[in-house]
Amino acid sequence: MTTTRSMIANIVTLSRRDLRDALASRWFILYSLAFVALGLCVSYVSASSAGGAGLAGFGRTSAGLVNLVLLVVPLMGLTAGAGSVAGDRERGMLTYLLAQPISRWELLAGKYVALAIALSMSICVGFGVSAMVMSLQRSTADASGYLLLVGLTILLAMSMLSIGMLISVLCRRAAVATGVAVSVWLAMVFATDLGLMAGTIAMKLSIETLFGLAVASPLQVFKMWSLQGVDASLDVLGPAGLYAQTEFGGSLKLLFLGVMAAWTLAPILVAGWVFNRRALL
Amino acid sequence: MIQINHLTKRFGRSVAVDNVSIRVLPGESVALWGANGAGKTTIIRCLTGLYRYEGTIQVDGHDAVRHGKRVRQQIGYVPQELGFYDDLRVSAAIEFFATLRGVSATSTDAVLARVQLDGHARKRMRELSGGMKQRLALAIALIGDPPVLVLDEVTASLDSAGRREFVALLAALAQADGRCVLFASHRLEEIEALASRVILLDRGHVADDLDVYAFASRVKGSAVLHLTPADPVDDFEAASTQLIERQA
Repeated sequence: MTTTRSMIANIVTLSRRDLRDALASRWFILYSLAFVALGLCVSYVSASSAGGAGLAGFGRTSAGLVNLVLLVVPLMGLTAGAGSVAGDRERGMLTYLLAQPISRWELLAGKYVALAIALSMSICVGFGVSAMVMSLQRSTADASGYLLLVGLTILLAMSMLSIGMLISVLCRRAAVATGVAVSVWLAMVFATDLGLMAGTIAMKLSIETLFGLAVASPLQVFKMWSLQGVDASLDVLGPAGLYAQTEFGGSLKLLFLGVMAAWTLAPILVAGWVFNRRALL
Repeated sequence: MIQINHLTKRFGRSVAVDNVSIRVLPGESVALWGANGAGKTTIIRCLTGLYRYEGTIQVDGHDAVRHGKRVRQQIGYVPQELGFYDDLRVSAAIEFFATLRGVSATSTDAVLARVQLDGHARKRMRELSGGMKQRLALAIALIGDPPVLVLDEVTASLDSAGRREFVALLAALAQADGRCVLFASHRLEEIEALASRVILLDRGHVADDLDVYAFASRVKGSAVLHLTPADPVDDFEAASTQLIERQA
């Protein structure tokens, strides 16, 4: 009981320290501003494409934001995570912190919690300002889809943060970790999409295989889940979407949740295992 | 208090510490002496749980691997250089480490006064000089009055005046209340001021274990002063003639 209490106390202390550091950092401010600006742009463009002027409602904006989130949020999560442990190691802080009565798991958990809160705040600020402006325009239809998108975006950010922290634990230098994170981002955002398209055409993949491959990627799962949330169907994704709906029906959301949870938990657990076993310097 | 048995630490194929056994009793102040690469810092990093190793290390009867947190609770650690958040205020740093060490009621002013840093609580870390940072690290190490103090070449980054001040402060504080001190150094003046016993390390082995007087007489007796000209000359006679001519 005392051990658990001291463990939680250490995680809270460490995360409060790192959260203050993250909120004061340039990346947090830049990402939040970028989110606000891009969210407003997407909303405006969505309205214009619908033939109207000014800002669009929540439903159309949500659909437009899905692609924006797919580009920006993985980069946020991966780079924030990649800089965490490797940055501290480079500054000589890691050896000093770990000479204190804390465990490596507590240190990693403290960092994860701090960055997860900072990322969630950044996402909420970005989405929140867009939502506020749209509410002022009295276009509040489909607000639930918009809220679902916010939740899914945070979930995507958590999984990307996990992968980023695994990279950070594996790399000795912060610059290398950031480089690897950007490469992973490129691979996930562009190569996965292009790979799936190319694979379908060149290798004549069956719909089952195509769906199986798509579900293995957290980005594709985010895309399918959020589009389903906005549109209530996956018709927009073509045969693979129809296949998913026919085969999985109501349990599709559970499948998506399972995949996102696995992509959030597995990398951070592996990171903890590696961090616990290897020498720090 | 500290019991190190058959400690071996390898980095790939190279052996940094080879079968080292050291015992430090309560109230004792033991120096680890040796050239760079002798294994001083490696032993300290094994003790503070930063490295995995072969052999056993116990502090107050607790195994440093199995009860790492409990062991580190008993150790106040001062590194070569304090690397920490530059934007953090001194008072916030003290509160942060006091909470991690499980010491809730800490008076920041009292902690700072102990290391003569009174009046610096509002300063940010980046505003402190090297010597002040080391004093702050010592203040943090002494939070909660741990029975063991471990110092890793703590004056390496200080100038000679800063070094003298810091060693004087250490001599006054380190061994108070029968605290056990283990420190790495290759400076004779530090060892004479702080140590009661000296363990000589040579390429990862314990070469000798002496009391400080025997050590001092051995080191002073064997000291050789080497003077090397900044601009070496091959022909000393020709160079002196040239110099005399130039002066004339």
